Amino acid sequence: MSIAIVWLTIFVLSVFVGIEVISKVSSTLHTPLMSGANAIHGVILLGAILVTVHIEGPGVIVGLIAIVLATINMVGGFVVTDRMLQMFTRKKTPRATTTGGAK
Amino acid sequence: MIPVWAQFVYLLCAVGFILALKGLSGPKTARTGNLIGAGAAVVACALPFTYLDNMKNVPLILVAIAVGTVAGVYGARTVQMTQMPQMVALFNGVGGGAAALVAVLELDEILPQGDSIGWFTLVATAFTIVVGSVSFAGSVVTFAKLQELMTSRPVVFPGLPIAFGGVLIASVALSVVLVRGPELWIGVLLALIGLVFGLLLVLPVGGADVPIVISLLNAFTGLTVAAGGYVLSNTVLLVAGTLVGASGTFLTLLMANAMGRSVANILFGALKGGSTLGGGEASDRPVRSATPEDAAILLAYADRVIIVPGYGLAVAQAQHTLRELVDVLTERGAQVDYAIHPVAGRMPGHMNVLLAEAQVPYEQLQEMDEINGDFKEADVVLVVGANDVVNPAAKTSPGAPIYGMPILNADEGKQIIFMKRSMRPGFAGIENELLFDEKTSLLFGDAKDTMSKLLSAVKAL
Repeated sequence: MSIAIVWLTIFVLSVFVGIEVISKVSSTLHTPLMSGANAIHGVILLGAILVTVHIEGPGVIVGLIAIVLATINMVGGFVVTDRMLQMFTRKKTPRATTTGGAK
Repeated sequence: MIPVWAQFVYLLCAVGFILALKGLSGPKTARTGNLIGAGAAVVACALPFTYLDNMKNVPLILVAIAVGTVAGVYGARTVQMTQMPQMVALFNGVGGGAAALVAVLELDEILPQGDSIGWFTLVATAFTIVVGSVSFAGSVVTFAKLQELMTSRPVVFPGLPIAFGGVLIASVALSVVLVRGPELWIGVLLALIGLVFGLLLVLPVGGADVPIVISLLNAFTGLTVAAGGYVLSNTVLLVAGTLVGASGTFLTLLMANAMGRSVANILFGALKGGSTLGGGEASDRPVRSATPEDAAILLAYADRVIIVPGYGLAVAQAQHTLRELVDVLTERGAQVDYAIHPVAGRMPGHMNVLLAEAQVPYEQLQEMDEINGDFKEADVVLVVGANDVVNPAAKTSPGAPIYGMPILNADEGKQIIFMKRSMRPGFAGIENELLFDEKTSLLFGDAKDTMSKLLSAVKAL
C-alpha cells in the first residue's frame, strides 16, 4: 500500500500547486486560462498511446478513436489559446480584418 | 518498467505544465506559458516511442494522431472569437471522452490479472469511466446550447430529480460491483450511465450559467485524467490532471462569485423546481426610443463617457465600429472608458479578448471595481448589447434570478443610451427596469448597423 501513499502525496501536493499558481489571476485572463488548462489535460493522449500500443483485436479501433479525440483536445486547445493570447499581445495595426481567419 | 531517464523527462514535462499554468496567470507571460505547455505535452506524448519495445499498431497510431491534429488545428483556426466558449467546451468534451475510452481499454487489459488487481486501481478506473463520460455528454449539451442548436433555457421535465437521483445511485452501485468483481461489460455499462448522467446534469442549467458549467466540466476532465494516471501508473497524467482539476475548480468558484451565484444552485436549482431563468418574454411597457442623431448629440457634447459592452456587441461584430466612435469622441476631448463586467460576453475575460481583437487600447478597459464609482460623473453611459450586467434588479429584487450578482452601476449615469436589437430580455430572461428609466433612451436595431449610423452622425456634428 506504500506505493499508493506516494501517489496520494503527489496528488495532494499537485492540488495545492494548482490552486497556488492561479490564485492571483486577473479576470481578464480567465478565458485563456480555462482554455489553456483544458489543453493541458489533452495529455490524456499519452495515456491513449500507452494503452493502444499493446492491444490486439477489435479494441484497437477504440484505442484509435481515443487517440483522435485526445489529439483534438490537446492540439486544438493549445492553438485556440494561442489565438486568444495573440489578441492581447499584438502590436497596434491600423485596421483589423475579420474575426474568422487566423492571424 | 519505464527507464529512469524517461521518468526524469516525464518529471520535467510535469514541471512544464506547472510553469504553463503559472505563465497563463499573467498577461506578459501568458503566451510563453502556453507554448511551454504545448512543448511539454508534445515531449510527453512522444516519449513512449523511445523506450517501449514490441509496440503494436504504430503506423495506425501515427495516422490517428495526424487526423486529430488536422481536425484540432482546423477547428481552432476557424472558430470565431464569439464562439470561443463552445469551442473550449467541445475540446474539453473530447478529452473527457478519450479518458473514459482509455479507462475501459485499460480495464480490459488488467482483467487477466484477476485477484491481484488493487481495489484502488479499480476505483480509479470506475471514476475515470463515469466522470469522463459525464464530461463528454455534458460538454456536447453545453456546445449545443451555446451554438443555439437547442434552447438555451433550462430543460426540465417531470421526474427529472428522480431520474437524476437514479442515475447517481446506479453509477455508484455499479462502481462498487466493478470493484468487487471486475468485468468488461460493467465498464461499458458505466460509460453509458455516465453519458446519461452528463445529459441530466447539464440540461436543466440555464443559458447564463453555462460558462460556469464549462469550467466545472473542464475541472472534471482534469480529475479523470489524474485518475487515469493512477490506473496507468503514469506520473505526468497524475500531475497534469490534478493541476487542471484543482485550478479548474478554483476558477469555477471565481466565476461563480463574479456572477453572484453558487455552483450548487446552478447545478441543482432547476432540479429543486425553481427555474434558473425568468420569463423571457418581451415587455410592452412604454420606453423612450431615440434616433442615432439624438444619441450623437448626447455623445458629442459629453465630457465623460462610459461604454458598457456586452455579448450583443460581439455577435453583431460591432466592436471595430465602436472603437472608431470612441476614437472620434476622444479626439473631441471626451474621456471615454470601457466598463468591463467580470462576465461580460459569455465567460470571464471574454469581452477583454473581443475588444483586444478590435485593438482597443488596454488602458481604456476598466474592471468593474475600478469604474463603478465613476458612473455618477458620467455624462453618458452607452450600453451596447449588454443587459443583465446593468440590471438594477440584481440589487433591488430578491426574487430575481440574478439577485446578488455584482452589477455595473450604469443606472447612476446622467444619461443612458441603450443599444438593443429588440425589447427581448437578456440571457437571464428577466426584465430590466433601467430600460424604463426616464434617463434612458433606446436605440433599436442591429448593433453594427446602429453603431455605423451613430458614428456618421457624430462625425457630421
